[in-house]
Amino acid sequence: MILARPKTVSSILALVGGMKSLVVAGCQECVTVCQSGGRKEVSCVAQLLEIAGKKRGFPFEIAQVTVFRQCDNECLVPLDALMEKADACISLGCGVGVQFIAERYPTVMVIPGVDTVGGGGTVMSGVWEERCAMCGECILAETTGICPVTRCAKGLLNGPCGGSVDGRCEAGTDLPCAWEMIYHRLKKQGRLDSLRRIRPPKNWAHSGSGAMRKVIREEVMPCLSALPLK
Amino acid sequence: MSIGPAAKVIEARTGSRLEKVLRAGHFAVTAEIGPPKGADGRRIQQLAALVKDYSDAQNLTDNQTAVVRLCSLAAAVHVLNSGGEPVLQMTTRDRNRIALQSDLLGAASLGVRNVLCLSGDHQRFGNHPEAKGVFDLDSVQLTATVRQMREERLFICGEEIKAPPRVFVGAVENPFAGPVELRVLRLGKKVMAGAEFIQTQVVYDVEGFARWMDTVCAAGWHKKTFILAGVTPPRSAGALRYMSRIPGMKVPEELIRRMEKASDKLREGQRIALEIINQVRAIAGVSGVHIMAINWEEAVPEIVSMAGLYPRP
Repeated sequence: MILARPKTVSSILALVGGMKSLVVAGCQECVTVCQSGGRKEVSCVAQLLEIAGKKRGFPFEIAQVTVFRQCDNECLVPLDALMEKADACISLGCGVGVQFIAERYPTVMVIPGVDTVGGGGTVMSGVWEERCAMCGECILAETTGICPVTRCAKGLLNGPCGGSVDGRCEAGTDLPCAWEMIYHRLKKQGRLDSLRRIRPPKNWAHSGSGAMRKVIREEVMPCLSALPLK
Repeated sequence: MSIGPAAKVIEARTGSRLEKVLRAGHFAVTAEIGPPKGADGRRIQQLAALVKDYSDAQNLTDNQTAVVRLCSLAAAVHVLNSGGEPVLQMTTRDRNRIALQSDLLGAASLGVRNVLCLSGDHQRFGNHPEAKGVFDLDSVQLTATVRQMREERLFICGEEIKAPPRVFVGAVENPFAGPVELRVLRLGKKVMAGAEFIQTQVVYDVEGFARWMDTVCAAGWHKKTFILAGVTPPRSAGALRYMSRIPGMKVPEELIRRMEKASDKLREGQRIALEIINQVRAIAGVSGVHIMAINWEEAVPEIVSMAGLYPRP
């Protein structure tokens, strides 16, 4: 899922100071799972804004809505009526959701209510960890399902740096060294030879450092799906 | 990019003094010079003048510990101008493949004949922990890149280089990071990528270093690359303790106690360095020492002289 971390309500308040009508929009996908932008969090943020509005003596009019998926234009329909009179929308969706809302309602200010962190999962209740840097060129088959691009602090592709000690990463003692984990797993699988292979420079053009990425698959495009298969 | 020209012990071909010394079978001495945190090159020139006759080459660190300093390339030119033999350290932390290849061409054009390829300390440790780490390449890929540029006369992209950089290529290894098998695999990978010399992390734990060298020699890597053991004369017990906390450093507790007890700390520090040099020199497969007298470059001449390694070939 996409991991996100809630922003402070005071940072949101700083942006909506003079406004009256607000929409707080949640998303039932990833941000619900990582407990930063689901129905519960929408209600929480709305209530805090309401209290703040009363305190300033000029209450907000706040609408709450949590759509099935903010990153899908069709799923944003429930916002249409609410956005007509809104001064701003606080989206608790990930950065994608914020942008899809902003694209659909170009005359309304959209404020991110969370900081989007990356692709990850739940390791225990209340703890989420990044696993995927979305580099666009997956090498997990060669690295025993442990991603060095994400989990090595330097994203090294040819083994550990000299700073890892006793299996800990030099960038933080609470982090395991990804390459030491890969080494142990390769050893268990009898594939240590894989460590001897020199992996050439990565094509970062597929990653976020290239131009904005776009996935185009003609076979699933609506106009072509009616055509008979070759 | 075709990768991994296996390192071959071949005739000196780069014009590097360090390469000549090593290929002639002499026990090599390199010394480290840390560029200052300012635009004054005189300090580098002074240090170069001080250590040049007592070492075969002088390493210029590249924003070591991720702290901004005068750049290693400019520092290397100051060393050249002082009659020294610079080893240009290049980390992949701050520059992408375009900048690294470009700097290498520039360095070679200015007369730099040695380069040391590293990934670099994580930016988190330095004075700009909020910086974006580049790491477009890793140290193995940078090593292979330099060899490819030198021998195949090709950039990473495959385009031809009319005047290739003639540089002697080195890399680093940390014998103490463990597990030993993984460390030796990685050393081998660097050698296969084209590292002609290896400078190691500072050795205080000589026994641990000897164990690592045993494994290195069993794999035969010492015949395909020149291994220079890292030596740092400690200035005080506090300095040793500080170093023991640096990731990848191992400092035996008894050494710290010995420094604590010493009445003349500097003398004792030099003595420790001398002992370590003599000990690593006796270990099979060690081709030289790399003296990193951090902020104490003045100690180098005496240590080298006491070790009987002066005059240099």
